[in-house]
Amino acid sequence: MAVLVIAEHDNATLSDATAKTLTAALAFGGDVDILVAGQGADDVAAQAATLSGVRKVLHADGAAYDKQLAEAMEALIVPMMDQYDALFAAASTMGKNVAPRIAARLDVMQLSDIIGLEGQDTFVRPIYAGNAIVTVKSSDAKKVVTVRGTAFEATAAGGNAAVETISAPEGPFKAAFVSEDVVESDRPELTAAKTVVSGGRALGSEAEFQRIVVPLADKLGAAIGASRAAVDAGYAPNDYQVGQTGKIVAPELYIAIGISGAIQHLAGMKDSKIIVAINKDEEAPIFQVADYGLVADLFNAVPELTDAL
Amino acid sequence: MKVLVPVKRVIDYNVKVRVKSDQSGVDLANVKMSMNPFDEISVEEAVRMKEASSVEEIVVVSIGPQQAQETIRTALAMGADRGILVKTDDAVEPLGVAKILAKIVEEEAPGLVILGKQAIDDDCNQTGQMLAALLGWPQGTFASEVKAGDGALQVTREVDGGLQTLALDGPAIVTTDLRLNEPRYASLPNIMKAKKKPIDMKSPEDYGADIAPRLTVVKVTEPPVREAGEKVEDVTTLVEKLKTAGAV
Ligand SMILES: Cc1cc2nc3c(=O)[nH]c(=O)nc-3n(C[C@H](O)[C@H](O)[C@H](O)COP(=O)(O)OP(=O)(O)OC[C@H]3O[C@@H](n4cnc5c(N)ncnc54)[C@H](O)[C@@H]3O)c2cc1C
Ligand SMILES: Nc1ncnc2c1ncn2[C@@H]1O[C@H](COP(=O)(O)O)[C@@H](O)[C@H]1O
Repeated sequence: MAVLVIAEHDNATLSDATAKTLTAALAFGGDVDILVAGQGADDVAAQAATLSGVRKVLHADGAAYDKQLAEAMEALIVPMMDQYDALFAAASTMGKNVAPRIAARLDVMQLSDIIGLEGQDTFVRPIYAGNAIVTVKSSDAKKVVTVRGTAFEATAAGGNAAVETISAPEGPFKAAFVSEDVVESDRPELTAAKTVVSGGRALGSEAEFQRIVVPLADKLGAAIGASRAAVDAGYAPNDYQVGQTGKIVAPELYIAIGISGAIQHLAGMKDSKIIVAINKDEEAPIFQVADYGLVADLFNAVPELTDAL
Repeated sequence: MKVLVPVKRVIDYNVKVRVKSDQSGVDLANVKMSMNPFDEISVEEAVRMKEASSVEEIVVVSIGPQQAQETIRTALAMGADRGILVKTDDAVEPLGVAKILAKIVEEEAPGLVILGKQAIDDDCNQTGQMLAALLGWPQGTFASEVKAGDGALQVTREVDGGLQTLALDGPAIVTTDLRLNEPRYASLPNIMKAKKKPIDMKSPEDYGADIAPRLTVVKVTEPPVREAGEKVEDVTTLVEKLKTAGAV
């Protein structure tokens, strides 16, 4: 039994999501290899080799893998799957983009966004925005799985796996990278942060979002999130969105500011350890999941909270 | 160019689902059903492309029960030209849906297929990518902007770190994200007109695709409920509580 894990990285740093996906792969069982496909990602391969429990790291280098586009990743991974019984990837935008292509080529049904597994054919995953949890048994010979990071602890370092360089098809492929708009920030990454401060529609403008939410996040060393309504209105960038169709977070502390608590938002944050809600409507559904609810006008309460900390 | 838009009939996004007490699934009896919200965005995008003359014909497809015809009618009222209902009362998994869609693509030869990024019932987020792989086509998933040029398509995608723009070469798959557009409401005259637009009735057998399910449901359960919390009087109390809990 052997499992291939796709590493998540930006050619410089291995993402925390990989160590979490690895934990799920190790629970599945068998020999686990990590694939680092990238361009000039030697450091990433070296980082992956330090994760404990890894048999070997396979390093594929080439211009076509710079952004890990789905078409190139498919061409690389499908032939490799002769040697593997399962493919595990993070349920990130990369994993979601790539894994189903491979599943289709292998003629198997993908197990998306799993939060648990029992043995090698039974998987647990949320459906209906997390309002139901389904346990499914797969009859496919090979498994293709994406893993929800908040459901698994990261595997610790302590390993010393060999790094093997493998050749990778160079294309041409029918999709080409044109440009990206990636915000560099010193803040912790949203899905890995210990504390998240999120703002909703009630902030009213980008300027107010900056004035109210950011100082509190700074004070707490927190990542910043937002509801879809706040993102749609342009108060915060799209990669801040928490929810069913945004990012799934489960920090130690989640502070929801001026967010009503629609099921689609709750789907992304209700596994947080402590939830604080600040909302002026005492009937707001967010209070049903909040450990500490403060019924107040956020424009007074949040600056006061920032000062008090 | 012809565009194919697959639309799924799902539980309305406003409905709070209930898990059945025998753990066999969720209760769908007498529950409001609607078009998957992402698919409304797909239909809207196709209609806008037609209005901008980069598309000549919009064909919508749904795989599902007889009532999925209503979902197709909704798309026709928004501006699609004709529909195909692949009628089945069995649940078809994304892989099976992708296989049927691949056959329809062979017959219809569209230049573009626009799907939703995710169906809000199974939350799978697979079908578009699977279809792309089966066809050997490029994909622009989680699109927040689509620009059609001659032969090439430029798609801006919502990715974890921000936005990414790709150029896709010739027939392609796009899956829609929420911010791509805001779907229109169909006007009454358009709803009337849609009643006369043709819908082809098909069955999965017509396409000879292997759609046997690969997954069996062991059980469906409620998620763990959070214990009720408390309301705090003021900011000072909140800070005290957070300090006691070791959260700050
Ligand atoms: C298919 C689909 C997917 C979706 N996915 C997501 C998702 O991933 N994430 C997500 O967040 N949403 C998602 N949504 C949208 C979701 O349904 C809600 O519309 C959205 O979460 C609402 O955002 P909000 O709470 O900021 O805004 P609102 O619902 O408008 O709530 C604003 C809140 O602020 C409070 N308020 C107003 N003024 C003040 C004040 N001065 N002080 C304190 N409180 C105040 C109000 O009482 C209210 O509760 C999705 C919807 C659909 C259809
Ligand atoms: N039964 C179906 N009929 C038509 N389209 C579907 C069906 N199932 C899935 N799709 C399409 O595939 C998208 C993604 O679905 P999923 O992979 O199940 O999350 C949906 O938004 C639809 O565009």
